[in-house]
Amino acid sequence: MDFALSKKHEMARSLFKEFAENEAKPLAQEVDETEQFPEGTAAKMAKAGFLGIPIPKEYGGQGCDPLTYAMCVEELSKVCGTTGVIVSAHTSLCCDPIQTYGTEEQKQKYLVPLAKGEKLGAFGLTEPGAGTDAQGQQTKAVFDEATNEWVLNGSKCFITNGKYADVYIVIAVTGKVEKRGKTMKEISAFIVEKGTPGFTFGTKEKKMGIRGSATYELIFTDCRIPKENLLGQKGKGFNIAMHTLDGGRIGIAAQALGLAAGALETTIEYVKERKQFGRSIAQFQNTQFQLADMATKVEAARLLVYKAAMAKATQKSYSVEAAMAKLYAAEVAMEVTTKAVQLHGGYGYIREYDVERMMRDAKITEIYEGTSEVQRMVISANILK
Amino acid sequence: MKIVVCVKQVPDTKGGVKFNPDGTLDRGAMLTIMNPDDKAGLEAALRIKDECGAEVTVVTMGLPKAEEVLREAIAMGADKGILVTDRVLGGADTWATSTTLAGAIRNIDYDLIITGRQAIDGDTAQVGPQISEHLDIPVISYAQNIKVEGDSVIVERQYEDRHHVVKAKMPCLVTALAELNEPRYMTPGGIFDAYDAEITVWGRANLVDVDDANLGLKGSPTKIAKASDKVRKGAGEKVTLDPTEAVEYLVGKFKEKHVI
Repeated sequence: MDFALSKKHEMARSLFKEFAENEAKPLAQEVDETEQFPEGTAAKMAKAGFLGIPIPKEYGGQGCDPLTYAMCVEELSKVCGTTGVIVSAHTSLCCDPIQTYGTEEQKQKYLVPLAKGEKLGAFGLTEPGAGTDAQGQQTKAVFDEATNEWVLNGSKCFITNGKYADVYIVIAVTGKVEKRGKTMKEISAFIVEKGTPGFTFGTKEKKMGIRGSATYELIFTDCRIPKENLLGQKGKGFNIAMHTLDGGRIGIAAQALGLAAGALETTIEYVKERKQFGRSIAQFQNTQFQLADMATKVEAARLLVYKAAMAKATQKSYSVEAAMAKLYAAEVAMEVTTKAVQLHGGYGYIREYDVERMMRDAKITEIYEGTSEVQRMVISANILK
Repeated sequence: MKIVVCVKQVPDTKGGVKFNPDGTLDRGAMLTIMNPDDKAGLEAALRIKDECGAEVTVVTMGLPKAEEVLREAIAMGADKGILVTDRVLGGADTWATSTTLAGAIRNIDYDLIITGRQAIDGDTAQVGPQISEHLDIPVISYAQNIKVEGDSVIVERQYEDRHHVVKAKMPCLVTALAELNEPRYMTPGGIFDAYDAEITVWGRANLVDVDDANLGLKGSPTKIAKASDKVRKGAGEKVTLDPTEAVEYLVGKFKEKHVI
């Protein structure tokens, strides 16, 4: 068992760090303040190959692994949580299911431009009445045999990369099935392109954190999509969504890790400079002990996140690893950013200081792509089975 | 078309600078980067490759650790990396370095050689032009723009207040300014490829037409008498005065220092 990163991973990390410092950090405060999606940064990330890191080269990707991808999200999130989640949602929630479940034609048509960064991706599962309870889906897809098209009706909410994404994975009800004597909804997954008639965008959400990330409502009104845009088998949409979220959780865990690590680094600098009672606050034992706890938890979160990323590379199922990584990293992100604000004192509460934004950004990691409660359900179901 | 780019691994000025007892830099102990002028030269070569197609070979001389800078170049898009490393080459000044690099380049087919103007650790700006002398090819230094046209290269050569447009037939050597362009980032996939790529390693035995008397510390006419880190100045004096008093105060200070 070797915990040291390989040289190529070390160099990839230095690339992500350099990019994050040069491109994402200078805009982080402005992106938060103006709630503007950082289109320029997204274009630069596309050019640098950050939008197809774990995708094989034959499909336009970089041919790296999930660990490299997780490190990219981590380094970006250290300086800007918004930039981190753009990569995460695009890669884990849109590229990954097409790579895993798509036909060769779908991969050529959608995965190649997504992995090259020519197109941006998003994923629509959540609905106003269906969050954690995915069976509560109301969006319907009805097959029109006359035209060989699926007709989508309904809406999705809280969709990351909404409006800016070109390709959307949309989960919808396609019928009813009998399962263990109960009538259940049959759920399927579809690939929907922006610009398809009947597909529009509703409200842009005003959020507490990751404010530059575009969070939109997707509305489908008699939206007709070709038969061949069904992703995977009809009726397998729930499995596709759950498997996709397993991967997504590694991305969000990496985002949470980045936020915690970024807040810790910022705080270490601050406590050395800030003077009270004639000496730097780094010289007070309370500060030292707080930082020791923060650093230990960040490192523990990093090990869980990297382990989950490696599990995705080598194992068929990695639900538990991903759930543990996300649960722990998200809670560490919240705790560490909160302590970072506390150690900054009054300044930590002022928007001019990065830790204020990091604390707001951290909260969402305990909620989206499966709340911490859902992660506990996944983990406990596995250990009690 | 074949392009050779010479790059140097230099101390990252963000980290600390460390010296050996003999006054030369302790390169093993410092954080390092690709020299910025060289990186711009590499980017210029890669742009020529993107536009016209070219094979880009990157050459560096240094410690075995300098292979990192070649992997970085390959991760940006270079085709090959050659590391020239040997104990007898250590402690080289610009003369010994240019002799070594020219000796290495004599093994390679090239149309164009691009070097950086100067390295941020030595700031001599001598190695590029010296290589061209050793190889007996024309040099255009201080390039702020490089274009290839047929069998010629057209370069904007920077001066303080103007530039000259200079055309030279290839083979020739161009020294690049950091302002030439904004170098691209490595790509993650490029990094993975770079670590799978084989780096060619050459030693003294591979150098063509060079005399031992011109290599390493012994072959270096320049001797460093003393090198030291910058000494920090003490804090300045801060005064708050109204404009009239301020003028009197400043004039007084200037007189005191014999400035006026």
